[in-house]
Amino acid sequence: MPRVISYRDALREGLDEELAYDDNVVIIGEEVAEYNGAYKVTEGLWKKWGDKRLIDAPISEAGFIGMGIGASMLGIRPVMELMFYSFAYVAFDQMMNNAATCRYMSGGLTNCPIVIRGPANGGTNVGATHSHTPENIFANMPGLKVVSPSDPYDVKGLIKSAIRDNDPVYFMESTVLYGMTGEVPSNDELEDGELIVPIGKAKVKREGTDISLIAHGRAVVTSLAAAEILAEKYDISAEVLDLRSIRPIDEQAIMETVRKTHRAIYIEENKPFCGVGAQVSSMIMEQAFDDLDAPVLRITSADAPAFYSPPIEKLQLPTPEEIVERALTIC
Amino acid sequence: MASKSSNKGITDYASDPINRSLSNEEKIGLLRTMVRIRRFEQTSLKHYQGDKIGGFLHLYIGQESVAVGSISLLGENDHVITAYRDHGHALSVGMGMNECMAELFGKATGCSKGKGGSMHYFAPDKNYWGGHGIVGGQTPLGAGLAFALKYKGLEGCCLCYLGDGAVNQGAFHESLNLASLWDLPVIYIIENNGYSMGTSQARSSAHPDGGLAARAEAYNMEWDKIEGVSIYEIRAGVQKAVERAHKKSRPSIIEILTYRHQGHSVADANAEKYRTKEEIQRYKEEHDPIEFWKKTLLAEKVITEDDYKKINSEAGAEANEAADFALKSPYPDESAIFDDIYWEVDNNTEAGRTGRHFFHK
Repeated sequence: MPRVISYRDALREGLDEELAYDDNVVIIGEEVAEYNGAYKVTEGLWKKWGDKRLIDAPISEAGFIGMGIGASMLGIRPVMELMFYSFAYVAFDQMMNNAATCRYMSGGLTNCPIVIRGPANGGTNVGATHSHTPENIFANMPGLKVVSPSDPYDVKGLIKSAIRDNDPVYFMESTVLYGMTGEVPSNDELEDGELIVPIGKAKVKREGTDISLIAHGRAVVTSLAAAEILAEKYDISAEVLDLRSIRPIDEQAIMETVRKTHRAIYIEENKPFCGVGAQVSSMIMEQAFDDLDAPVLRITSADAPAFYSPPIEKLQLPTPEEIVERALTIC
Repeated sequence: MASKSSNKGITDYASDPINRSLSNEEKIGLLRTMVRIRRFEQTSLKHYQGDKIGGFLHLYIGQESVAVGSISLLGENDHVITAYRDHGHALSVGMGMNECMAELFGKATGCSKGKGGSMHYFAPDKNYWGGHGIVGGQTPLGAGLAFALKYKGLEGCCLCYLGDGAVNQGAFHESLNLASLWDLPVIYIIENNGYSMGTSQARSSAHPDGGLAARAEAYNMEWDKIEGVSIYEIRAGVQKAVERAHKKSRPSIIEILTYRHQGHSVADANAEKYRTKEEIQRYKEEHDPIEFWKKTLLAEKVITEDDYKKINSEAGAEANEAADFALKSPYPDESAIFDDIYWEVDNNTEAGRTGRHFFHK
């Protein structure tokens, strides 16, 4: 029987393996060490690796993120945890100016092998300031990589790739997914002895022929639920493509699914304005226009700050029902 | 101005051990570097006014002793990072005039291949990490370089320079807290030229009687305030911080009082409005670090007037040659636009070849 573990445990395994793989890997963030992680992602790692490798940072995002960037220029591989990706905005200058542009401005003399990770999602009734989904904002900046894993297998394989990557990788998780379980083979079951998922490769999560539901992050889970309903109730075969990585993006996989089904919806928990779906639909329009039998649709979170009130906030995020309803308009 | 904290009572900086150890040759070398910085910048100013150089040009003229004196103390595992007024630090760490001048001219032969310009000089092979354009933005990076040294178990430090205007940025205060909390061997050198662009220190900074560096008290950090006109005084003051960093892995703030003869940048139209002409003149005549060091070395009979003239004319010729080199150098090829963005793409690795990285056209 394949091993089944949670997204949180898979992520921790990836971190643990990279701490063992490279002495220069150091995990820094608020409550990551003695507290065992605000969301328990790093639980047990401080006890295992000690003060040098797991460092509790004061609440000081611009300071410690910038410090990590400086350390990465000298060859350290810091894995910085943002308790919420919403707090990236406190460190915005460091993340956009320093990590993203130092290589360019030095004519290629420097690079920043840093990972900045944490949950980037709404839907947990914590109000607008703690519910930001900034993958499109950071993916806008050349020099940065943005990754958004949607299941336990990918989160482990991608965090390992991110840490070994020599460019800054902004790794966006979801608190809603931390408890999700899925198959993650143990290393002795793997031919290579470890699980690596390359950045920039999408994955078909469900094969289909009538419509492509393209998504990233938690919206992949929502899309899979919608695909189930479409099949059962409407006899529509939906293909679900998980981008996994926003930048670099697997353009080939996007075009392949569109050419197969001739219809596409991009689903994301981002806001609509210049969201990831805007980029993807533009690419589809430019490269696969003649393959389309219908306009590309986008489903995003509501174009409003996150609502606190639990029943109302649910309505702000994409739901399987909304995906089904919109899919039926073009199928 | 309040009095200095720890150097009080010591006025004979020449006899400080770190200065006594200087050979005549080294003393002349310090003079030469200061003069080279000045002639480099005077030449760059001429070409800026001749429209050969674009953007901003923040000149260091008047402050040369700060970079030259402090950087002269550094060894193999010591690193430097600074803000946008970075030409002086670049030449002090040993970058060449040609590559620095060509960068100003936006040429492919520039130190950053024409991609960074005046504010973004880098030379990692000389432990020089920029050249940073956002005020105060380099201060966490300085802590990070120090963190890396400590993490690797190296006895070294990072000199992180900032201006008096940067002391009010939040990132600086966060860096101070981290540096002290985590015992990072970083030395923050506030080059206090009295004005954050057009706003005087009195109009921009609330501070204790001791001055800007005294803010270190809030972070349980050692600090000092020193006059910046004398190479001897700078070396004596900064050396204490270097030893503290090397031996105790503790950070410091050193405030060095200095003055820029020019405006904030060459584009500063009000350089003589927020400061009186008399004030500028007084600093030029009485506080010029090059004049001061020259007189010191003349008095010590280390150099003669003729020696100085030779150093000055050689530096002028070197700067002119650098400008010629820059003028004759080619502009970068358009194809360079997409180089130096991703390490993995530049090195054509599997990661660099996986997925679409660029989205233009």
